[in-house]
Parts: sequence; structure tokens; C-alpha cells
Amino acid sequence: MNLQNLIDELLSDTLDASLPLFLPELALCGTIVLLLLVRVFRGGEHVPSFLLALVGSGMALWLALKTSSEGHAPQELFTGMLVYDSLTASMRVFLMAFAVLFIVLARLTGIADREDGQDFYTLALGATLGMCIMASANHLLTIFLGVEMASVPSYVLAGIVKGRRRSSEAALKYAVYGAGTAGVMLYGISLLAGVLGTAHLPTMANKLAAMNLPAMLASGEESLTVMVLALGGLMMGVGLAFKLSAVPFHFWCPDVFEGASAEVDAFLSVASKAAALALLVRVGFGLGQLHEQPLDIQAADHVPVITAADTAAFETVSFETVQDETSTVQSPLSPVRRFFVLLTAVVAVVTCTFGNLAAYGQTNIKRMFAYSTIAHAGFMMMAVAAAVAQLGRSPSDSQAALSALMLYIVFYLFMNLGAFAIVAFLRNSMHSEEISDYAGLIRSCPIITVLLTAILVSLIGLPPLAGFWPKLRVLQSLFTAGGPLMIFVFVVAGMNTAISLVYYLRVVKTMCIDAEPDTRGAVSIGFLPGAYALVVSLPVIVFGILPDRVAQWADAAVSQLFR
Amino acid sequence: MTLSEPVVYLSLLVFLPALAALVLALLPKVTDDALKLITLAVTIMVFLLSLGLMRQGVGIDFQAGVAEMQNAFSVDWIPSFGIQYFMAIDGISFPLVVLTAFLCVPAMAASWPINKHVKAYCILFLLLETGMLGVFLALDFFLFYVFWEVMLLPMYFLIGVWGGPRREYAAIKFFLYTLVGSVLMLIAILMLYFNSDLRALDNDQLVAAHVVESVEAARDWRSSVPDLSAEPDRMQNTFNILALQQMGQDPDLDLFDDEALFGKSIQWWAFLLLFVGFVIKVPSVPFHTWLPDAHVEAPTPISMILAGILLKMGGYGIIRICYPICPGAGYDLAYFVCFVGVSSMVYGAFAALAQKDFKRMVAYSSVSHMGYVVLGFGVWSAVAGTSYNADYWKMGANGAMFQMIAHGISSAGMFFMVGVIYDRVHHRDLDKFGGLFAKMPVYSGLAIGIFFAGLGLPGLCGFIGEVLVVLSVWKYSVVLAVISAAVVILTAGYILWTIQRVYLGAEYKGPHGDALTPISMRELAIAVPLLVLAVVFGVYPNCVLRYMQPSVDRQVEQLAELTPLFEQRESDANPLGDDEQMAAR
Repeated sequence: MNLQNLIDELLSDTLDASLPLFLPELALCGTIVLLLLVRVFRGGEHVPSFLLALVGSGMALWLALKTSSEGHAPQELFTGMLVYDSLTASMRVFLMAFAVLFIVLARLTGIADREDGQDFYTLALGATLGMCIMASANHLLTIFLGVEMASVPSYVLAGIVKGRRRSSEAALKYAVYGAGTAGVMLYGISLLAGVLGTAHLPTMANKLAAMNLPAMLASGEESLTVMVLALGGLMMGVGLAFKLSAVPFHFWCPDVFEGASAEVDAFLSVASKAAALALLVRVGFGLGQLHEQPLDIQAADHVPVITAADTAAFETVSFETVQDETSTVQSPLSPVRRFFVLLTAVVAVVTCTFGNLAAYGQTNIKRMFAYSTIAHAGFMMMAVAAAVAQLGRSPSDSQAALSALMLYIVFYLFMNLGAFAIVAFLRNSMHSEEISDYAGLIRSCPIITVLLTAILVSLIGLPPLAGFWPKLRVLQSLFTAGGPLMIFVFVVAGMNTAISLVYYLRVVKTMCIDAEPDTRGAVSIGFLPGAYALVVSLPVIVFGILPDRVAQWADAAVSQLFR
Repeated sequence: MTLSEPVVYLSLLVFLPALAALVLALLPKVTDDALKLITLAVTIMVFLLSLGLMRQGVGIDFQAGVAEMQNAFSVDWIPSFGIQYFMAIDGISFPLVVLTAFLCVPAMAASWPINKHVKAYCILFLLLETGMLGVFLALDFFLFYVFWEVMLLPMYFLIGVWGGPRREYAAIKFFLYTLVGSVLMLIAILMLYFNSDLRALDNDQLVAAHVVESVEAARDWRSSVPDLSAEPDRMQNTFNILALQQMGQDPDLDLFDDEALFGKSIQWWAFLLLFVGFVIKVPSVPFHTWLPDAHVEAPTPISMILAGILLKMGGYGIIRICYPICPGAGYDLAYFVCFVGVSSMVYGAFAALAQKDFKRMVAYSSVSHMGYVVLGFGVWSAVAGTSYNADYWKMGANGAMFQMIAHGISSAGMFFMVGVIYDRVHHRDLDKFGGLFAKMPVYSGLAIGIFFAGLGLPGLCGFIGEVLVVLSVWKYSVVLAVISAAVVILTAGYILWTIQRVYLGAEYKGPHGDALTPISMRELAIAVPLLVLAVVFGVYPNCVLRYMQPSVDRQVEQLAELTPLFEQRESDANPLGDDEQMAAR
């Protein structure tokens, strides 16, 4: 194989196979470039950046919908750096749809005004691009790249309101935290890649299987290798935990949420969380299950390093795959899965409980929602833990757990985007984000209050509102996963529902029961914002009664993850 | 799509209030009185619809004397999660549905003094009614759970916004207690769901559980799912309450008998979790503490609903879900259930004696009276010692069911009577009343009548349920029977003492004496039907029993047939224990 050949095939792989499936992201890139360059030209400053951003993200959404409806087979893109499957396609649709809604929100609240608009939209779209890469990452490098591409614009977004000390402090805190955890994560990545000789997730899984960890653990030989692997895994977990704002890497979250504007909070709590969870799934499923053959045979041919190294590995692996199906006890990857499940489950339990308890004392609504986000992230991580725990045993149960996660992510979009949109509109109208200033809002703007009440109750997880169904599905999957750990998580998750009741209900109480203060003037958020809030939060009620369509979509979204 | 189809009729019955609430919400500005009138009209319409179930000869009719489920229908609701929109009525749910629809009318009529945010009040009231009716009609476990939760939020607001001085505390306490109960219930639901397997039932059972329409359809269904013997792991889980009952009661099946935790079986834990969830609602000691607070702070009409209907949901859950689905656990825990019932009776009665607040006294009387319900359901007297005679247990269960209806009437009446004087004198201190008879003779006469109904005076509704339950306990445990009979004395004590302190006496010396005007026509129109029903049910109890008895008897008989099996299991597990028992006898 000479160089010419290599380049030719690389070109054909990139141009023919990878780029068509990467079109939505390309549309985002194009929009970003356009947004940045349009002002260079004469008359460019008259082009409203809002329209550009909206059309660009709308285009990306349309392309994402189009590619996902074409039903492509799962395959690796760009020689295995990214992976395209149903999860990638669905997450892209989700993120692009969120981007469109977010751009409209930013316009309505006026956070992105004439001067700042271009920067704001560029940053938001850039972060979205990073999140798309996180959701489709198939290689440790793209994982790191995606995390950074999503994080760096977020740091700036957090401080976008200039001249506010809290805002700048939030941005700085976020950036310092982000940089620290990114460093640790990078170190973890280098450890893992160093031991395994590859950074390609499926190949890593096959290598891990070939190492025969169970025998290694049993005999106690090479304990150093195992330790390095575990350490690398832990350090990678730090980076993921930062993005998920999981305890103990959650400290940035309340401060950033309080300091940043509510719109940015919506972005961080919905899109960023969703992408981080998808990434967690990628890591768990990439390392937790065997890959009998590389998805894209072409791609493997072009990466001689991987292919050559793995010929031996594959033979043992394919033999053991059969074993994996029949005897579930000693699959070669079960230690990896156990490690992942234990880590995720413990962190999830602590995160969920801590978030709910810490939310009690909050007086600022954004800070309260920050802790609520932490708690919900914990809840969602439980689904990932259940899914990976079931991987070797029962793929259908594992799929159910993942589909619960997708359902959660979708409904969480409506709940949190609605909540933060209403918080932002109310801030514009009454210049306060203190819960106590919401007293008696039901008299001034009943519709908004009813919507926010519905969202809060949905966040508690009471039927017949949307937030109930994903919680139920997560509980179900924890229950089917069984075993002492999962049952413990199950009980804690159930208890957390009762714990979270009080602080959500306190806001409801303040808005609906407390008397209106005399000092406050009329609160009115205007027609368009009201309509936006209605459109975003109505699904919380509608999907609460008819969740079936979304459930089917969630099922389809995770159907191609199992090999 | 005509009214004679069960799916249309029952859905209309349940969702008419919710639809009306939606219409009210969209209605432009109307006067408060018009809103109240509309709401009252809707509640009356729902009541008429519930009575319409009895009309004969049309597509939908509820036959007295039939034990099985009637007018059943089931539609896929959320197929991805296996949840169905499945409703039906039988003799256990029918009286409760009618009671609910009926009580909402006087409760709405009693809402006239409410002048704060009337629109919101009416909307929440109607949503609450939908939730309550749904609970009694739903036969899909999940649908049941959803309706159960639907009630929480309206109730929270109704107490929290329109309640007394400590309303916020009372409202959140109510919410928290019930939510903890529902979380326990949810755990139990999942336990049962994941251990259920429709394939284990034979075709006739599937038809009886309304999983399929006919035996032929059952065969078709069976061929469409994986075979039970070939692939035992691919279970066909179900939320269908009737199917779960069949699985729980079939002596050849052991779906719920696997060990779950600490050596106890799945059904033992499910029973316990469900039972605790339900007795929080009943409420029984020691989970009753939310009730006095909620009752005292809630406005009068909401207290009526709370005591009259919401408490019955706990009892309904016990007879519809706990016992039929987990009979083995019910047998094991029979003493525990009876003990919970008796201790609530005793504790509630003593606590009622000690109260200074009129409404609190009535609230504790509810705790005491609902104890009879738990006791009546729990009297598993069909054991070897009585040669498996289920008659007394039947008597107890029927008594408990009757007590639910009777207490629904009498407690709603008592709370209304308290509300009438509270509206006039704005206090409820029992020691500051006295001499009301002289100032409000008609009211006092009605009130004394209703309080006697609560006391259980023969000829009034409270008597029938109490006497049936107490009689049935005798065969089960003499000690419990003696205690529960003695509670009647305590009940007489606190009711008579209250009547003496409030209505008798020379003259009223408390505050706002000049506000004691005679009872108004509206109040009369609420009180009289309640008292009339209390008398009718007391004199001619068969008018209720004829509807409920066949279903209750059938269920008790089915459970009683299983008793030898459970005794056998018990002695297998613990041969020495049995000898000791024999020796003790």
C-alpha cells in the first residue's frame, strides 16, 4: 500500500462516506463563518445576525432530520474518529432543535442585542457544534475535542453580560474549573491510550477483552496495569463529571447558574447536559461491549496501526463473543462494565441526593434550578448505569434503560427551557430573580404562573405531567437490572422524588399562595414572550398525557447501539 | 360513539369535570356566582350520569346482584410502556363512584361562602372530582396510580389557598405524606409488574381479566407471543389489575412467591408497601398525623370531600388491590392488619375525646371510624378453626364497605355542621359553645341527627357498618372483638359530650353571639339530603348492600378457598410452630 493509495482512499472515505453524514455540523460551521465574516463587508452590519443564525441553525436542523430519516446503517466516520448511528442522528436532531429554540429565546429576551448578537450566536452555535461531536465521539481525541469545543464557548457565554461582576466571576470560575478538569481528563486519556496502544474506543474495548482482565484480577498478576487502567478511567471520569456537574465536581454549577443569564443557564442545563450524557453513553458502550469487527471495514484498512495490531485480538475476541452470549458470568469485559457501573451509580446517587438537599436552602431561583439540574443529572446517570449493567445480560433491558435516558433528555428540554425562559422573561419585567419576589405572581400573570407551576410539578415527577414518565422508566430499568447496588440506587431514586417535592413546591407556594407585595407594579411579559413560553411548556402537559410518540422515538434513537 | 358504549359513558363520567374545568379556565370574565352555579351544575350532571349507570336495558347498565366486572372496556393508552386505559365497575367500585359523584354536589353547594379567587377554586374542585372518580373506575394499575396522583395538586392548592391560618403547613404535610405513600405504592407496582406473566394464565382467566375479548382471541394472542415453556424469560408483564389478581390467586402459580428480601416473598413486600401506602390515605395510626391538620385548616367543603371521599380511597385500595393480588401475604399479615385497624379505632377515639377544637374532634372521629374499615377487611376468619367458614369474613368485609359509604355521608355531614357555625361565630372552641339549640333549633336538630349517625345509633347509617364489623371479629379474635366493641362506648362518649357542650346548655356565651342566625335555605338544602340518606341507609341498608354484596362475597370466597393452601405452606415452613399452636389451643 503506497502513499498515493492511502491518500486516495482517505479522500474517498472523507468525501463520499463521511462528509455527507456530517452535513448538519457543516451547516453549523458555515453559519458560524458567515456570522463572523458578514460584518467585514460593506453593508454587512445591516444584515441581522439573528436571521442568519436562525436560518443557519434551521438549515442544520433540517439536514439533521433529513439524514436521520434516510436510515443510514451505523458506520464510523473520518477513519473512526466519529461514529454515526441512531444515537448520533437523534442527538443531532435534538441539539439542533434546541439551538433553534434557544436562538429565538435569546432574541425574545433581548440578551443578544444589536451589538452582541453576532458574538452570542457564534458562541452558542460553536458550543452546539462541540456537543454534536461529543455525542458522536468514537475516539478519545474527539471526546476531548468535543468537550473543549463545547466548554470554551460556554465560558464566554457565562460572562456575556458585560459589566456585571457576578457574571464575570461566574465565567472565570467556570473557566478555571473547566481547565483544571480538562487537564486531568487529558492525563487520564494519555494513560488509557498508553496502556492500550490505541485511542479508538471499539479497539480499546477489544484490547481490554484480549487482556483477559478477569483472569488478571483473579491471579493478581500485572496489578500495576489494572491500576493504571483504573486510574485512567477515573481521570476521564473527572472530565465527564465536570460536564455533568456531578458531585464532587459540581461546585461551578450553582455559581455559574446564578451569575450567568437565565438564557445561558437554559443552554447549559439542557444542551450541555444532554451532550455530556450522550458522551457518557458513548464511553460506557464503547468500552463495555465487544466489537466483533470494525464498523467500517474500509476505514480499518486505512489505519494500518489498528488493523495490524488487532488481527490477533479479533480472533480471540470473536471466540469470546459467543461465550459472552451464553455464559454471562465471565465475559472478558465484565470488570470494565462493573467498574463503570459502580462509578456511575455511586456518583449518580450522591449527585441526585446532594442536589435535592442543597436546593432546599436557595433563595435565588436560578441557583435553585442549578441544584435541581444537578439532581436531575444524577437521576439520568442512574439510567446509564442500569444500561451498562444490563449490557452483557439482556440487551433488550439495556435498550429500555437507554431509551429511558433519551426520553428523560427530551422531556427535560421542555421543562428546563420553559422554566429558564419564564425566569428570563420575568427578570426583564420585574428585574429580580429572587424566589421571594415571585410572591403572588398568579394575580399579575396567571398564564405564566400556571405554566411554571406545571413545569415545577413535572420536575418533581408527578403524573400526568411529562416529567413523570422518564422517572418511571429509569426506576423500571433500575429495578430490572436488579442486584444489591441497583436496588439501592432504585430506593434512593424513589426517595429523592419525595425529597425534591418540598423545594419545588415552595416556589409554587410563593407564586400561588403568598400575598402579592404592595410595592411591585404590574408584571407583564408581553405577547410574544408569553406565546414562546406557552409553546415551549405546553409539551410538558401534552406529552404527559400522550408520551407514546416520544417513547417510540427514544426507542429508535438507541436501537443501533447494541452489537 | 354513542353514550351506550362503556368507553364513552365512563370516560364522560370521569372527564366531564375536567372538561368543564378547561372551559371555565378559558371563559372570559364572569361573575363569581355564575362560576359557582356552572360548577354546581356540572357536579349535578356528573351525579346524574353516575345514577344513569343503573338504568336498565341500554348498552350500559349496572346490574345489581352480579359479582363480576361490568361495562368493562380497555383501550391502549401508552403501548410502549404497556399501559392501558382500562375501566370497569363492579359492586365494590359502584357505590363509591356514586358516593363521590353525590358528595361533590353538597360540597360544591357548601362552597358558596368562598369568595377568594372563585374561578381557580372551581377549576381545582372539578379537577379533583375527575381524579377521585378515576381512582374508583381504573383497573389498570398504572391508570389507577396516575389518577391517585392527579388528586394531589388540586388538593394541595385547595387546602393551601383557601384554608385556615396554618394552611400552608397543613397542605405540604398532606402532600408529603401522600407522596411518600405513592412512592411506596410505585415500588410495589413495579415489583408486581416485573414478576407478572400473562402467559401463565389460561385462556378463560385471560378473558375474565379482560385482557382479550374471547377464548379465540386468547388463542390468537398466545400464538403471537413467545411460548412460555420455550422462553420463560420473555415475560409478558402486565398492569392489568384483574390479571394480577388472577395470578395472585391461582393456586398453581407462584409468580409472586419468589424470595425478595430478608426471607420474605415478593408478595409479602408488595402487600406491605401497598398497605402502608393505602393506610396513609385511610389514615390509620401511626400515619394519621396529616389528617387532623389538613381537616382543621381546609375550608368546609374540602373537609367534606377529604373525609367523605379521599379517605375511602385507602380502603378501596386495600380491598381492590392488596388482598386480591397478594392473598398469601394478606393471610400472613392478617393480625397485623387487624391490629392496625383496632389501634386506630382506639387511638382515634381517645384523641377525639381530648380535643378542644370542634373540627379536630370530628377529624379524629374519622380516624377512629376508618379503623373499622381496615379491621373489617382484615378479619381473615376463614381458617381451619372455623372449618373454613367464610361467612364472618364476608360479614366483616361487607360491613367495612358499608362503613365506607356510611362514613362518607356522616363525616361529610359532621364537617358541614361544624362549618355552618364556624361561618357565623368564627371560632371552633368546644368550650365556648353551648345553648345553640335555643338560637338555631332547626340546625341543631339536623346536626344532632347527623352526629348520632356518626355515633352509630341503631336506625342510622353508622350502626350497620360498625355492628357487622364488630360481630365478624368475634370469630377471629375475641380480644380484638372486645376492644372494638368497647370503642363504641368511647365513640358515644365523645359525640354525646360534644353535643352537650355545643348544642345544649342555657345560652351561648362565646364571641359573636349576635351572628347566630337561623340556618339558611342553602344550608338546609345541603344538610337535609345528608340526614335523609343517613336515615335511609340505617333503616334499609339493603339499598346499598344489594349492589356491593355479590362482589364482596365473591372476592372473600375466592380468598377463603385459598386458606388451606396457605395454612399448609405455613406448617411446611414451620412445623414446630404449628405444634405449639395446637398445644396452645
